[in-house]
Amino acid sequence: MTLLRVEGLVKSFGGVRAVHDVSFSVGGGERVAIIGPNGAGKSTCFNMLNGQLRPDAGRVFLDERDVTRMPPEAKFRAGIGRTFQITATFASQTVAENVQMALLSFAGRLWNPWRRAHTASRDQAVALLERVGLVPQAHRAAGVLAYGDLKRLELAIALANAPRLLLMDEPTAGMAPSERAALMTLVSGIVAESGISVLFTEHDMDVVFGHADRVLVLNRGELIFAGTGEGARADEQVRAVYLGSGVTSGGH
Amino acid sequence: MIFGVTRVVNFAHGSFFMLGAYMAWTILQHLPRDPLSFAAGILLAAGAVGLVGVVVEVLLLRRIYRAAELFQLLATFGVVLIVQEAALFIWGPEDHTLSRPRWLRGAFDIFGERFPLWDLYLVFVGPVVLAGLWLLFTRTRFGILVRAATEDREMVAALGVDQKFLFTAVFALGAALAGLGGALALPAGSANLQMDLAIIAEAFVVVVVGGLGSVPGAYLAALLIAEIQAFGIVLMPKITLVGVFLVMALVLAVRPYGLLGKPPPPERGRDPLPVLRPTPRWLGMAGFAALAVLAALPAVAGAYTLSLAIEIACLTLFAASLHFMMGPGGIVSFGHAAFFGLGAYAAALATRWLAAPMELGLLASPLLAGLFGAAFGALVVRLSGVYLAMLTLAFAQIVWATSFQWVEVTGGDNGILGVWPASWARDKAAFWWLALGLSAGGVFVLRRMIFSPFGYAMRAVRDSPLRAAAIGIRAGHVQWAAFTVAALFAGLSGGLYAYAKGSVFPTYVAIPKSVDALMMVLLGGVQTVAGPVVGAAAWMGLSDLLVRFIEFWRLALGAAIIALVLLFPHGIAGAAQQRLMRDA
Repeated sequence: MTLLRVEGLVKSFGGVRAVHDVSFSVGGGERVAIIGPNGAGKSTCFNMLNGQLRPDAGRVFLDERDVTRMPPEAKFRAGIGRTFQITATFASQTVAENVQMALLSFAGRLWNPWRRAHTASRDQAVALLERVGLVPQAHRAAGVLAYGDLKRLELAIALANAPRLLLMDEPTAGMAPSERAALMTLVSGIVAESGISVLFTEHDMDVVFGHADRVLVLNRGELIFAGTGEGARADEQVRAVYLGSGVTSGGH
Repeated sequence: MIFGVTRVVNFAHGSFFMLGAYMAWTILQHLPRDPLSFAAGILLAAGAVGLVGVVVEVLLLRRIYRAAELFQLLATFGVVLIVQEAALFIWGPEDHTLSRPRWLRGAFDIFGERFPLWDLYLVFVGPVVLAGLWLLFTRTRFGILVRAATEDREMVAALGVDQKFLFTAVFALGAALAGLGGALALPAGSANLQMDLAIIAEAFVVVVVGGLGSVPGAYLAALLIAEIQAFGIVLMPKITLVGVFLVMALVLAVRPYGLLGKPPPPERGRDPLPVLRPTPRWLGMAGFAALAVLAALPAVAGAYTLSLAIEIACLTLFAASLHFMMGPGGIVSFGHAAFFGLGAYAAALATRWLAAPMELGLLASPLLAGLFGAAFGALVVRLSGVYLAMLTLAFAQIVWATSFQWVEVTGGDNGILGVWPASWARDKAAFWWLALGLSAGGVFVLRRMIFSPFGYAMRAVRDSPLRAAAIGIRAGHVQWAAFTVAALFAGLSGGLYAYAKGSVFPTYVAIPKSVDALMMVLLGGVQTVAGPVVGAAAWMGLSDLLVRFIEFWRLALGAAIIALVLLFPHGIAGAAQQRLMRDA
């Protein structure tokens, strides 16, 4: 069953074709990684999927519903959760309150000007924090958390709208290797448990090959490979991009 | 220039303009009256103002570049007060006009209209100054550094450029140009003590329309605004400011960063704002106890103290309404007095034209202010920080100008008298209870909202617009609602104030009233919910003492503001909170 279908996505900035005619799909319960060298168009692709950028052409379907032009706020309601490459949380609120906000927003209770927010949806928030192992930190300010914990918090927030699709932009960037494995194992566990799909970009190949069911490889805005991790490793074009054949630049 | 490089919103820029005019007046008195000496005198005045700029930068601004934007604004307002007092002391209260030298008295005939020679010179001075700045910015190392710092000052610092010198030089140059402007304005008008605040609102409008940090943009915008004013005077003399405002709204709707402005560089390294913890029980109890004590005030206090207390009660609500949008909402307003004044005028007009009783007037106040807040808020909440703040100032100036110029309805400068409370509230003690009840009630409602999901959503939008959007919060809607609520409560406080005073004047909408609100909020501490209450009492008490007992009260007040900014960068209640609750 296809959950996300992307058709012919195009985006240019000035004269630069950042993303050119990219099509792919993500099935229900599938973990798909987008990889590619710096400047390959991963982030641009991502930002079009979550509604921050408008594609010049192409369409995005979530469960066969056209969501191409939905702003981020509406995509949240349509069932897309997301985490950011550079974590974005509410620094002046506690860890639990950050999650409560997402829960309240999803329940449409955010405009209440009278109730005490501190206790609203508290139990649900604690349950989500439990899934990511942050309950001991629930009372601390999000602004003082360690980076790895912030990434976990983002995951808990992203799960608050019971999403069907999770978009994770470099979920392990800036983390220590042991933390990376732990976080991705956590994500894989959640996928196995709740059947949601995950689309993520990643630079760490261990994470990609260990946790992606399928791999999409972008280079200079074009999709050059779609298939399994093994397939990607064996593919001539992918090897050329990553090892540097002189034709390409900026690999890892 | 100054904002582009130092990111300081300089309220004292109008003071530099005023100083330029005064200094030119003094200098030109002592010089021969030939054209060359005249020009030299004007340049000398500009240079002298530049030196004053150096003093201000080195003594004050240099210490607060890392402080929050608003503290810098307040500190520069302290400078405004000090300069006003100094000018009053040195040059006296009367306007000083310059008798023009003979060679300047001539006039041209253009299409049968007499066109003064001096105005013709001025037409060329603008482009010459612009060309000079352009050469400076493109052809000199200093100019290139200034442009680099406008784009990314951290990077310039990382490259090893002496920031201290650069900032001082830019500030001095900016001050000197303001001084030059003032000196050039002297021959066609006069040097007077109202110049500083009169010019600053216009300067803000020009800078915002032109694009912050863009000198050619500022020039273009100055031309545009001046033309609109000139034609506006011919076409619709009463509402020139409204015309200016409409054009500004149009420009910013199409180009939110001004004609030639670019989106501001991302801010780096701001400290995360503190978490709002639920009120500790003892503080709530203390609040109720304080309320009980205040309710008993008429038993011990005399008439004067009671009047002062009523005034403080009104302004506490005013400050709390500004705090609501500024603290949790992160929306800074330089012109919150607009809504205070609208509320006051709503009550006064209802009394004067409809003979409405006080109860109705107190309903009309928040309604009118809230309506204007909703309309104006819809226009501006999309703009970012300083742009929005400057526009609120411009809006307040328009309300002020309307109240001042629309004499048939508002009574103009004479105001509206006879705005008396209902008979049951005529007694001072009764009115005190009314004021205390409305003020405390209003503060309680605002406080409750801050701790509600809506208040949390306001902070969410302030903390991280990106994350807020990702969890389905519409930032624009939330900020608009916050703005409207703040306007509504400011209106209520204004209405209450009108009945307390029995009269309404344009000064209720003037810049100093807006500054009062900012002072009260900042003194109390922006990120402290109890802040505005503490701040209102402290600020009103301080002003009252200074005005009553000190001859040079503006000087003392200005110095006090600066001292407070330097000593309590988080406000009084903020400092107390830091002591009491080190991170839980």
